[in-house]
Amino acid sequence: MNMLEVDGVGHTYQGKDGAYTAIDGLSFTVGMGELVCVVGPSGCGKSTLLRSIAGLLRPSRGTVSLHGNRVDGVPSDLSVVFQDYSRSLFPWLSVTRNVEFPLRRLSRSERSTRAGEALDAVGLGGAGKKYPWQLSGGMQQRVAIARALAYRPALLLMDEPFASVDAQTRFELEDLLLRVRREQDTTVLLVTHDIDESVYLGDRVLVLSKSPACVVADLDVPLGSSRDQITTRASEQFVELRARVAGMLQGGPVTVR
Amino acid sequence: MNRLSGVAQRWVVLVVAVGVWELVTRAARSGDTSISFFFPPPSEIAGAAGRLWFSSAFGDHIVPGVSRMLGGWALAGVIGVALGVLLGRSRGAMAYLGAVFNFLRSIPPPLLVPFFVASVGATSMQLPTIVFGAIWPVLLNTVDGARSVDATKVDTARVFRLSRSQWLVGVVLPSALPKVFAGLRLSLSISLILMVISELVGSANGIGNQLVLAQRDYEPADMWAWIVLLGVLGYLFNTLLLAFERRALAWQPRHSLEAQAIATGG
Repeated sequence: MNMLEVDGVGHTYQGKDGAYTAIDGLSFTVGMGELVCVVGPSGCGKSTLLRSIAGLLRPSRGTVSLHGNRVDGVPSDLSVVFQDYSRSLFPWLSVTRNVEFPLRRLSRSERSTRAGEALDAVGLGGAGKKYPWQLSGGMQQRVAIARALAYRPALLLMDEPFASVDAQTRFELEDLLLRVRREQDTTVLLVTHDIDESVYLGDRVLVLSKSPACVVADLDVPLGSSRDQITTRASEQFVELRARVAGMLQGGPVTVR
Repeated sequence: MNRLSGVAQRWVVLVVAVGVWELVTRAARSGDTSISFFFPPPSEIAGAAGRLWFSSAFGDHIVPGVSRMLGGWALAGVIGVALGVLLGRSRGAMAYLGAVFNFLRSIPPPLLVPFFVASVGATSMQLPTIVFGAIWPVLLNTVDGARSVDATKVDTARVFRLSRSQWLVGVVLPSALPKVFAGLRLSLSISLILMVISELVGSANGIGNQLVLAQRDYEPADMWAWIVLLGVLGYLFNTLLLAFERRALAWQPRHSLEAQAIATGG
């Protein structure tokens, strides 16, 4: 069953110096429980696509459906992890309160149970009383991931979630994401400009063209469910896939399967 | 020991200045000039202060004066913050009202005393004068703070489908809080100034009222005692507000709080 259906989505911004089409004719689906990476050159309209799916932006053309319901405004069972964790978290709330914040509709005890579970899942069980600024960047992004997970979304959108942390932390967070989605069976759509990351994380990789973006290729990533930063990245399949994606992003010969 | 030397450092200039003042004014006494009449030695001022502050004047004049000041300031604060949050997040409101607000704020508030005397009456115009003068820094700072909520927080709030009250109270207000406090501190000193000025004119009681009476009675020590009281009150309330601000903004990293205090002259 498809969790997400994107059908012919395009968006044109009306600016002072004329119209600018960021994305055009984008169509793809994401199945339940899948982790799909969207990779594209910077400035190709990835964020516009993500905002359209999240219901933060009404696209000029096409439709987005989340488990069969047309997206018109932000769906109640969708969550987003933004790139800029320091701005996305609320600095005046402790880590626990940040995670609990979107759960206002639940009872107090249920809120704290869920927040505790989510923080344990991202390895921050002991940091609940701290304030975000007392944590490193990578840990802050873990808080943002915990907040999104505690919300129990049907679809988790991630907008370049690991682009603002150092390489070592990025590897840790990538493995954390793989582990957590395996444990919780979350459907994830992750937008990135990092080719290696898209291949390492994704069950599928959607390659976008330059702006106005459309889907150039939809690649399966047959690397299995248990991946490892060292052996997976060194495997022949990984190297071959990343070369194909890189070739497509550089506008080389396109081979669509 | 460190704490003690810190206190000593803070007060040494004041103590020395008062000591010098005492010596100079006592020496001037022998010269018998009008200067020595208007500048009584600090010891005499202290005597007058001890006599006046703790007499029936406390309940008759100090309490009413301070109540006006704090009441006007609180009223200005509540209205200013509530209005500021709403206007700051409304799309077009400040485009229409910005110029009007800046015009009204530019009017030196004491100049409104004659107007309020004429329209409200000399005995009850103190509170409206204080509120009108003190509201602008809070209002405009809150608007500024409410506007500065970054785009990522706006998106985050939308993604988690916050209710309007959750958004305004839970996100916009805390985002604006550092600026709100900067505004509240400015308003507090304006409230003190307007309290005295409005009491100088026609008020039946209050600190300003007593100041004028002491002037008319040619009691310079009494005048100085009231002036000193105003300084003490200003210092005291500012210190209390600063302590409260530190607690309310404890979530901020320390360095940014200090930078802000310097920037706003706190």
